[in-house]
This record gives sequence, structure tokens and C-alpha cells, in this order.
Amino acid sequence: MLILKPREEGSRLMLWLSPFFAVFVMWVFGGVMFWVLGLPVLEGLGVFFLDPLLSLRGWSELLLKAIPLALCGLGLSFGFRAGIWNIGAEGQLLMGALGGSVVALYFYEVEGFWVLVLVLLGGVLGGMLWGLIPALLKTWSGASEILTSLMLTYVAGLFLSAMVHGPLRDPDGYNFPESRLFSDSSLVPILWEGTRLHWGFVVMLVLAFLLWLVMSRHRLGYWMNVCGGSSRAALYAGVDPKKMVVISFLISGGFAGLAGAFEVSGSLGQLVPVVSPGYGFTGIIVAFLGGLHPLGVVVGSLVLSLTYIGGENAQIAMNMPSAVTGVFQGALLLFLLACRTLESYRLVWRR
Amino acid sequence: MEEILISGLVTIVTASCPLIFAGVGEVVTERSGVLNLGVEGMMAMGAVGGFAVAHISGSADLGLLASIVCGMLLSLLFGFFTQYLLINQVVSGLSLTIFGLGLSALIGRDFVGFSGLGFPSLFPDFLRDIPVLGRVLFDYNYVVYLSLLSPFLVSWFLFKTRAGIVVRATGDNAEAAHSLGIRVVKVRMLSIMFGGGMAGLGGGYLSVIYTPLWVENMVAGRGWVALALVVFAAWRPILVLWGALLFGGIAIIQLNVQAFGLGIQAQYMTMFPYLATVLVLVVMSKRSIFQKSPRSLGRLFFAD
Repeated sequence: MLILKPREEGSRLMLWLSPFFAVFVMWVFGGVMFWVLGLPVLEGLGVFFLDPLLSLRGWSELLLKAIPLALCGLGLSFGFRAGIWNIGAEGQLLMGALGGSVVALYFYEVEGFWVLVLVLLGGVLGGMLWGLIPALLKTWSGASEILTSLMLTYVAGLFLSAMVHGPLRDPDGYNFPESRLFSDSSLVPILWEGTRLHWGFVVMLVLAFLLWLVMSRHRLGYWMNVCGGSSRAALYAGVDPKKMVVISFLISGGFAGLAGAFEVSGSLGQLVPVVSPGYGFTGIIVAFLGGLHPLGVVVGSLVLSLTYIGGENAQIAMNMPSAVTGVFQGALLLFLLACRTLESYRLVWRR
Repeated sequence: MEEILISGLVTIVTASCPLIFAGVGEVVTERSGVLNLGVEGMMAMGAVGGFAVAHISGSADLGLLASIVCGMLLSLLFGFFTQYLLINQVVSGLSLTIFGLGLSALIGRDFVGFSGLGFPSLFPDFLRDIPVLGRVLFDYNYVVYLSLLSPFLVSWFLFKTRAGIVVRATGDNAEAAHSLGIRVVKVRMLSIMFGGGMAGLGGGYLSVIYTPLWVENMVAGRGWVALALVVFAAWRPILVLWGALLFGGIAIIQLNVQAFGLGIQAQYMTMFPYLATVLVLVVMSKRSIFQKSPRSLGRLFFAD
């Protein structure tokens, strides 16, 4: 039978190939799924994965949705490399959206470029503070950051809902649970005329580059790798694991918070009850698809963005259920993990 | 007042059932040294599978059986990933949840808007007619009694039977268990499947009996609360029972306070169970005397 044998060293070839394998297997799986659902297989896959790439509008939407996905994935990849499991990026994103909105509404009548800067900083701060809670609980009491960060995501969603139904609701909005439309000075300028793509995309790319610098050149990156290796190694290397927990959560919370701020001040232009279709959770998949490497994460965000856009297309064109997107995303992560096994193990035939 | 207390007690018990099932199942999984974070996804699959089969077949019992099977199937996937492909348990569990939530929404889209079947109480009328006690003790269906009994059965299994010792040995020191001739992977696969079946049943209870209907995201974090309960219970099944009743109580009190309308926005009250979970996790983790987590928990085992 086939068995797994550990490799002496991780295979770099497999590290590069596995995401492509996984995406390919996801297509095959998607074809089977469409067949089971009684949908035309090739047409379904075409509408889902090809059509968005055939129009300029499709590309602009693809890049637009990639902004929050990449930001969440970037922040998470740092912590994941250090073995710290923040799975509450969704909550941090929502608090970032809230933080940004509070600033935008406070400076409603003020003009100037610095208002937008403050809005975005408000988002970063909101995400960081929300991420700081599970981090401090972990360092203070040892409570699992996985469970606390996830529980706080539910709390964040409810808090945002309370705010948008209450204090932040538009006074002239006929009781709709929406904030006022932000004034121009707190909106992110458009990058690509005629589309919705805004400058957040460029900011995301710059941040990805900076994160790559930190991960590969800065002491923090070294600490991150040591911590991810083993706690004993971290001890010998003089890295304080508690400090790493706090730093990781500040980074991932800040990135997710910025993603939230970009959503409200970029694509939405106001605070609404549903800010994100689960970008923070999908960010986990993005981080792993990108091999926890900033450059890979940016590419991975495009793939996951495609599943969102393709899902919307297929819903309109073929009346396909929107849940298909979620299945694709979950399946992609499963296949990716299965393929990643080949990175650290070899398949050997043994009788 | 008496009426409120009685109905409150009854609703607390029924609200705790899914947590008990899922929590007790996860205790066994974790006792074998495997951390399965996919409980939420397995519960969702159990809920949708159970409701679908009950709706199509017209039999609620068959639905519950299907929910067990659904949870187990999903847990098999997790077992394959973690025990044979040797993939990190945290990541595998997370992806199981993401996949399970997506797939359940896809399957469930044909079943939205239908209401479920009735589910009869176990005991005959004359017992239920006893004042107070009848309502509090005898007015449940058999699944509720099963859930109340399961912590004791599992506790007996884990601490009093040979098989239970094998499970615990596997979780405490997989390498030593292996050298004693215990087939670690097999023991863990079975424990994972038990956890999956129980989580599925918890989900099935929600959609077939408790609500009874299917809506997307109806599990609403109960799987994660169950995972927290395992920590709260220090990996002891009977403590899971008390923990689940406590959480059921918090959920019900919160709902009742909302109904009275104290002028607080409903969202703040709904937050309460989640905040309580965080609080409990922190308190239990701080008091390390209670912490007796299985020593091999979450670590991969590779024979050879």
C-alpha cells in the first residue's frame, strides 16, 4: 500500500505546486458538484471561473474584493507562521469598519485629505484593540486564543448591529438601519476611472511588500519563525512567546481593521448592518493558499475573490444557489491541505 | 411565578441538549489526543441532514439517525486528514467547519421554509399530569433523556472500562501507548467518529426537535461553545453536563430578559452567552489546578 514517509527537508517544488494542484482539484470537484446539482457542468464552471475574467468590469470587481481578502490574509499569515491562531479576523474587521465609520461620521462636515487618513487609522485602531483582547486573555490566563477570538467575532457582529440600529443610524434615514452616506472627504478616491476599484488596492500592495520586508529582514520575522518552530527553540533563542502573541494579534487585528475601514469608506460609502460576507474567515483560506507568504497571499486573494464574483455571476445567470461559493472555498482549503502533505512527506509504495 | 420557574427549567434543559451531545462527544475525541475544531461544521451538517431526511421520510427518528451519520461522515474526513495525511489538527478542524457550513447551506436551500414534525414525549399522560414534577421530570422526548444520560455513560466508559483506559492512554502519551501495542491511529479514528456522531446528533436535535426547522447558520456558534465547554469541564463528561445546563440557562435568561424589554437593545443581551463563554474560558484557564488536558492533545502521531 501507499504510505507517507517524512522528507528530510520540506520540498520547495511541492510548496510551489500545491496551490495549483489544489485549485485544479477544486475545479474537478466543482464539476462533479454541478453535475450532482443537475446544472450544466462546463457552462457552470465557465460562468463561475471564466466569465469574470473576460470583462474589464469583472477585473475591477475582482481586484476590489481582493483588497479586504488580501489584507486579512496578510495579517493572519504572520500569526499563523508563529503558531498563533487568530481566527477572529472577521470580528476585528467589523470593529475596524465601526472605528472607521465613527471617525467618518464625527468629521462629517470637515474637509481635507487628513480626514480619510484618520478614518483609516480609526479602522486600524478598532481592529487592533479588538484583537488585543484575546491576546491579553491568552497571555494573562492562557485561555485558548482560538476560542476567545472566535467568540468575540459574534460579539463584534452584534455590537456593530446595535450601533447601526442605534446611535449611528442616519437621523433622516426613515428608520433604516444605515448610517449617513459619508461625505466626500472620508471616501477613498477611485483608482480606476469608471469602476469601483479604489486606492486601497495600492495601499494593500505596499503593505504586502512591507510585511514581506518585516518577515524576511526584520528581527520580528526571525522571532516569528522561531516561535512557529517549537516553544523550546523560542526559549533558547530568547524570544518571549507572550510578546509574540500580542504582536501577532496587533498585526492581524490592524490589517483586518484596515480591511473593514476600506469596506465602509471605499466600496460601501456608509456603515450598513452587513459589512462583510465573511472576508475575515475567508482570509484564513487566503493565508494558507498563499503559503503564508505575503506575495502568495496577494495572489491567493485573487483566487478567493474570483469565487465570490463567480458565485454572484452564477446566481444571476444560472440561478445557482449562493451557498456554492462557501462550498468552493471550504473544499479549496481541504484540497490545499491534502496537497500540502506532499511538501513534508513522500509517497512510498510498501507491501 | 411558579409557572415561569417551571417553564424556565424545562426550556433550560431542552436548550442544553445540543451542547451536551456535542460537548460529550468532543471530550472523547480530545481524550484520545485529537483536537477537532470542526464541531460547528459537523453540527451544521447533522442539522441539515437530519432535517432533510426527517422531512422526506416523514420519520423524525430516521432524521436523527441521518444526523449522526452526517456528523460521522464529516469527522471521517477530518480523521483521514489528521491521522493518515498527518495535517495539522487546528487547520484541518477549521477547514472542516468552513466546508461543513458551506455544504449545509447548499443542501439546505431546498428545505428552507418547511416546518418539522412533532416529537412525542416519552412518558404517558398520567405521569406528565403530576403537578410540577410531571412537567419538570417527565415531559421530554427520549432524546432529551438520552442527552442527560450520555455524560454518565461516557464517563463510565472512559474511567471504568478497559477500552476507555486505552483511549485515555492514547491521548496522554501516544508514543508510550504505541509501544504497548495499542493501535493509536485506530483508537483515534474511532474517537473522532464518536465525536462526529455526537456533534451530528446535537445538530440534528436542533433542526428536527428543538426549532424544528432548517435555516442557514442555525447552529449559531453552539459548536464553538461546546468546544469551550470541554475546557470548562476539564475533559470530564459529567462536568460537561453541568456546564451545558449553565449555558442553556444563560441563553434562556437572556431571551426572557429580552422579552421583558428593559430598554436595552436586543443585541446586547444576545451577546451575553458569547461573553460568558469567554469569561468561563479565562477563569478555567487561570486556575490551572483544574487543567488536566490530555498531554498529547493536538500533537501529530507518526508511527515508524
